[in-house]
Amino acid sequence: MLWNRTRSLGASLLAAGLLAGCAGDDGGVQSQKLSTITGRGKLVCGVEGKLPGFSFVGPDGKYLGLDVDVCKAVAAAVLGDPAKVEYRDLNSSERFAALASGEVDLLSRNTTMTLSRDAAGGNGLSFAPTTFYDGQGVLVPVASGIKDLKGLAGKPICVESGTTTELNLADRMREQNIPYTPLKFQTSDQTFAAYLGDRCVAVTSDRSQLAGKRTSFPKPDAHTLLPVVMSKEPLTPATTNGDPAWADAVRWIVYGLMQAEESGITQANVDAKLAEAKANTNQADLRRFLGVEGDFGKQLGLPPDFVVKAVKAVGNYGEIFDRNVGPASALKLDRGLNRQWKDGGLIYSPPFR
Amino acid sequence: MAPVPPADPSPSPLSAAKLPAPKPPWWRDRRVVPWVVQAVVGLLVLLLIAFLLGNLIRNLTAAGLLLSWRWLQQPAGFDISESVIPFNAQLPYWRALAAGLVNTIRAVLVGLVGATLLGTLVGMASFSHNGLLRRLARVYVEVVRNIPLLLQLVFWYFVVFLTLPNGLAAIQLPGVVLAKSGLYVAGLGEGLRWMGPTLVNGVWQAPLRLSVEFGALLTGLIVYSGAFIAEVVRGGIAAVPKGQWEAASSLGLSWFATLRRIVLPQSLRVIVPGLNTQYISLAKNSSLAVAVGYTDLYSVAETTLNQTGRAVEVILVLLAAYLTLDLLISALMNGLNHLVQIRER
Repeated sequence: MLWNRTRSLGASLLAAGLLAGCAGDDGGVQSQKLSTITGRGKLVCGVEGKLPGFSFVGPDGKYLGLDVDVCKAVAAAVLGDPAKVEYRDLNSSERFAALASGEVDLLSRNTTMTLSRDAAGGNGLSFAPTTFYDGQGVLVPVASGIKDLKGLAGKPICVESGTTTELNLADRMREQNIPYTPLKFQTSDQTFAAYLGDRCVAVTSDRSQLAGKRTSFPKPDAHTLLPVVMSKEPLTPATTNGDPAWADAVRWIVYGLMQAEESGITQANVDAKLAEAKANTNQADLRRFLGVEGDFGKQLGLPPDFVVKAVKAVGNYGEIFDRNVGPASALKLDRGLNRQWKDGGLIYSPPFR
Repeated sequence: MAPVPPADPSPSPLSAAKLPAPKPPWWRDRRVVPWVVQAVVGLLVLLLIAFLLGNLIRNLTAAGLLLSWRWLQQPAGFDISESVIPFNAQLPYWRALAAGLVNTIRAVLVGLVGATLLGTLVGMASFSHNGLLRRLARVYVEVVRNIPLLLQLVFWYFVVFLTLPNGLAAIQLPGVVLAKSGLYVAGLGEGLRWMGPTLVNGVWQAPLRLSVEFGALLTGLIVYSGAFIAEVVRGGIAAVPKGQWEAASSLGLSWFATLRRIVLPQSLRVIVPGLNTQYISLAKNSSLAVAVGYTDLYSVAETTLNQTGRAVEVILVLLAAYLTLDLLISALMNGLNHLVQIRER
């Protein structure tokens, strides 16, 4: 943790000194970030690192999760190899400084898209498409008998500092005029340790995160999510405003994963689909999408078949979801809002055209 | 002045003539050269600062993040778990930072007093005639100063304080309750009526309250800094000549009276400068509070940085606050140093 803290400060100072390092970065048509990444031969991806389902280290020492798969997809599309990723664990306080200073190329770390984080006058991030629509929830011990926010009156609530969660909690409690004590910790590990140490009667975070963390509790069944959803939390990968071409590349790689699901292209059949597209000149949509025809890849500064490479590496969006947080995982989350738009969800890729 | 003989008949032309014959060139003039060197070094430093500042401003402008302080006036939107000065989420960021600063100062002040007392006692104990006490003091110093403070804080908070019982099972003494959420002490409550700790809706309440987060931070800081101060005190006592002890004991003074009346006052002039360093470290170390959930200046600043995205400004505020705090401590200690130095003969 000392390490974490040092890095947090280091990242902040880097952000302060940032500026010294990357002088003379005046854009142009070519993306400086893309050439940095290809020159370096690997993508540096900022992740949470300890969140089951989204980004965590599996039993074999490899990073796993939905956020991690986004990193892999981008690495596959840009460098042709999903393994060429260097992961950096970032806590919620240091993540933006790390991105702004260029310490990481891409932030894929269950980060909520908000106005102030996006705006040039705020954090100045550039958001890719949302990869997980979430909401803020509250986890309490079943034994406490608490059923709603009113039951938390006057009680201490654990929350991670530097999150939208912290602000939403303040807003919701103020609306309903419920007094409470927020206990803030720097990392999610400390937050959940204090909750499990019974210092707080509740811990609040994104519902997916609570569900994920609960799987690693000593007794997962002894804790329950309150039905209340306190906020909208669109968890979204992000880059900086400084390099629009790089932001576009990331954006369309993620859209590619979503479009692949819509078009029925999976990790298993992507080669067959590619062969089909090459053989059949009438399938213009498929040919463009898989890079057989047109120059979409070139326009983004990517290889023509970047979608094929990404899907081959991690599968389409639906496969990523199911494998990491859906039925095939310990979290067993419902697709909910994260269904394709055709099925009544919010996952919607603009046309590849 | 040049050694001009007083009996010289014609002083005015001679004074020029008698000076080392031709006036030395300016680059060998002892009155000029130091000034030139200082001016050049000063100019270089200024140029370096101007370059760094220019770079900062140019790149901040390019990123659309030019230094701005308007955010200080905007409502913070987050709550603070404990604050000496009144605070709520509608108040502006500067109030939140002020509340954090007051919390930091509170921890530092109590920590300084506690660490000084503990350190002095342990430092004195290492000169005790009681072998057990002497060895205990050594063990304490060696164990504590060789473990990182952050680990110790986490240990005090998660292992010691969070294992205290909660609710009705809390440790209850007349007028005092020690529970997982903190220490509750009876005092004058609303309407100036004497109130003891009471359990309301599963939460203890009392007029005087000390949160476990504050408790864990204080314990950690005092125990950690106490070990270093003990060493400073030990060094100071050891610096007093042995003859002073022998003289005191031949006068029939007890061990404690010798220390208190003879040795400690003389050792102060060795102790105080070392103490200064330890006090400054303690003030800086208090920023580790965020690890145990205590809302100090660093913790508030971190949330502020995240909400506003004004990394450079917030870091500047932090730097200025800790620098001021440490310079103040230093100034006070230097004053104290002068007081104890005067007695030297």
